[in-house]
Amino acid sequence: MNKECYHILIAEDSAITRAFLVGLLEEVAENFNIIEAASGFEALKQLPREKFDLIITDINMPDINGLELINFVKTNPEYAHIPLIVVTTEGSARDREKGMALGASEYMVKPIDPGAFRGSVVKYLGLNGKRPENSRGDKT
Amino acid sequence: MSEINLSDFLAEAEELLERLNHGLLELDRAIKSNSRQNPSVVNDIFRAAHSLKGICGMFGFGEVGEIAHKMEDILDRLRLGKLKLTAKTLDALFEVTEELRAVISHKAQGGQVTAQVIEELKQKLAGVDEVKQEPKEDDWLKQSGLSGEILQVLTEYEEHRLIENLKEKMGIYQVSTTFSLTEFDKELTVLQARLKEIGELITTLPSADASPDDAITFFLLLGSEHSEQAVAEGLKDYSVAVTTVKPGKAGGRAGAPAPARARPEPEPQAKKRDEPEAEAGKDESESAREEVGTVRSLSRTVRVDIGKLDDLMNIVGELVLSKNVIAQLIDKLRNQLGFSEMAIDLYKANRTLERKLQELQEGVLEVRMVPIGQIYDKLRRNVRKLSRETGKQVEFIAEGGDTELDKLIIEDLADPLMHIIRNSIDHGIEPASQRTKAGKPEQGQIRLRSFQRGNHVVIEISDDGAGLDFARIRSKAVERGLFAAGEELKQEDLVQVIFLPGFSTADKVTDISGRGVGLDVVKNNISALSGAIDVESVLGQGAKVIITLPITLAIIQALVVEAGSETFAIPLNSVSSGLSIKPGEIKTIEGREVIEQRERTLPLVRLDKFFRLKPRAGVSEEDLYVVTVGIAERRLGIVVDRLLGRQDIVIKSIGHVLNGLKGIAGATELGDQRTILVLDVFGLIEEASSTIASGRLNVGAINVS
Repeated sequence: MNKECYHILIAEDSAITRAFLVGLLEEVAENFNIIEAASGFEALKQLPREKFDLIITDINMPDINGLELINFVKTNPEYAHIPLIVVTTEGSARDREKGMALGASEYMVKPIDPGAFRGSVVKYLGLNGKRPENSRGDKT
Repeated sequence: MSEINLSDFLAEAEELLERLNHGLLELDRAIKSNSRQNPSVVNDIFRAAHSLKGICGMFGFGEVGEIAHKMEDILDRLRLGKLKLTAKTLDALFEVTEELRAVISHKAQGGQVTAQVIEELKQKLAGVDEVKQEPKEDDWLKQSGLSGEILQVLTEYEEHRLIENLKEKMGIYQVSTTFSLTEFDKELTVLQARLKEIGELITTLPSADASPDDAITFFLLLGSEHSEQAVAEGLKDYSVAVTTVKPGKAGGRAGAPAPARARPEPEPQAKKRDEPEAEAGKDESESAREEVGTVRSLSRTVRVDIGKLDDLMNIVGELVLSKNVIAQLIDKLRNQLGFSEMAIDLYKANRTLERKLQELQEGVLEVRMVPIGQIYDKLRRNVRKLSRETGKQVEFIAEGGDTELDKLIIEDLADPLMHIIRNSIDHGIEPASQRTKAGKPEQGQIRLRSFQRGNHVVIEISDDGAGLDFARIRSKAVERGLFAAGEELKQEDLVQVIFLPGFSTADKVTDISGRGVGLDVVKNNISALSGAIDVESVLGQGAKVIITLPITLAIIQALVVEAGSETFAIPLNSVSSGLSIKPGEIKTIEGREVIEQRERTLPLVRLDKFFRLKPRAGVSEEDLYVVTVGIAERRLGIVVDRLLGRQDIVIKSIGHVLNGLKGIAGATELGDQRTILVLDVFGLIEEASSTIASGRLNVGAINVS
């Protein structure tokens, strides 16, 4: 059975980008609880408050960088299982390499393809491409 | 996509462009003073360009985003040390930032941007691509002494900063600290700020492995000229552990960084507070920006559409009117019923309402107040541009940026101020050769100063240029038939001439000014804000334009008066006294009515005659009232039939209906639903006192009834 509600954390300092990502997420399904963090610090504070099913993070943030957030998530047994999508305008190949090495599931460089983004969300949440209320997904 | 509306996009784009511009100005200063560029400034504007690219892409402004991308590219290489910052690069970045602003606002209004425009902008940035030699960075990283765990989370930029610190033989230190999960952000922000005083903060790494339950451990990487011992000493008020990753040259400076010291090496520009360009407003916005940069998530401010504040203000305005109605009803009740218990209770209740309403009104007004420094950057940028275009060196000094004015006034002020500054640069400041001859420094100076005086704000724009050439203005004016050739004229009269439509002394039309769209527009803009404009000038030494504005236009106190068949409101902030006179006290000097008041002559204007009103029935000619208005040298007595008392009024624009009607600022409603006109005091003073205006140009007499 699909879960009743999926918790998704977005760490991104641009309000516009957050709104954009929220918009895309809401197109995927209605039963998302989306938590927006406007900085790396805020994301760190949000982490223990909810059992997140997906984290979406930027790389360039004013307090800690996205790589550090990935590292923190992936080296913490509590959070290590959470899939993590990087959405960044930062095209640095070096950063991308590092992000993936640290355990990011996907590294998308803006402008991102909405279809591909939605596809990844579906994939990492185990929604099998169907709207969760109609589907009998394999996620417990 | 529907979640994002255009105004959000514009607000964020505007903020980013402002940040870009701000940072570029700072770099400009660094280049000019030959000091080191602040890496965090370069990084900040890189981030701004980067975010701009991102949001443009999302909002379907892809081609604009491409330009931002190009800028980001250049800035990225600058911050990674792959490109050297030259004045030429900076100019291109300035110019493109400016044009991006125009392009975005054009597109936002539904305009089309041709591929050619985009191509031109790209070309402007294309010339600056000379790449410096790519450094071999990996070797440095290997020698850094840092563990792989830390190296793997550094972004390319942070790696670059680490290497720069290593190259400069700074000590590299790891500062570890543990905070509770609930409070860490505040405490960490404070610590980060402290570290930035001691050296350069390279990164802040949260560590999952090292963190106990309910707490979180951070490793902060610091590059500093100080020794480990000195760094530890400098951090003794914080519960941190300092370990050396790689010692600096000769073990580092032994002395501990003083607690209140200004930033040492890595950010030398930031402490240059006393350089000539520094000014109060700038400093404020600078520190505000720093706050935004570091504690963004903690920011306790909201961004509100000014339209919403206007709506609120209107509601408050209507409440004020309702309150006036209630007060009148209570008066009536008291007159009819005497001081009954009910009437007294009602009176008390109304007093409370009045007080609270006053607080509400002040609160809403306060929210609308913004520091004028907000437009200083814009002006500075324009000075820079004009200075480049004219080839005249101009230093721009702006003071009093923290002076507050209503947001709407500030919005409408930028263009007139720019116009005046443009005039100063084009006509005022002389070419360098001429200045040298006159014994002045080659670089011209424009000084902008804002300050509050009573319930007005005064803005002065002065330059050290040639000053107004009154002889030339005079001959032009005579040429245009404004004066007879031999007429005796005062400087004030000639000053008024430059504010007339289509008046220009420029022989050739330049790109900058002298196109006939001139000071008359400035004057109209200022008048529309119920302000006054004045010019002082000394030939050869410079000119000063003085603008006086009310602090707010939203709700003001006014004196309600009757003259002829009409009732008028006079804004109380320009009223200095009201007195009762007998017609016999009025004298006529040089064809003008005046009275003697405290040994000074006060010119009079009879409101009924000025507006050609029908006389009021039953008014005795024997009792007249004079309301003295204006400040300092510009004073006027307004003769009216009756004073009706003071009242809070909300000025409404009367649009085009009475356009061109001098002396009227707008209309307002009284408590009894009557609509009356509000006098434009400064307009009236000019109309009444200027010989040009009242006589020769024959404006003035208008019938409002």
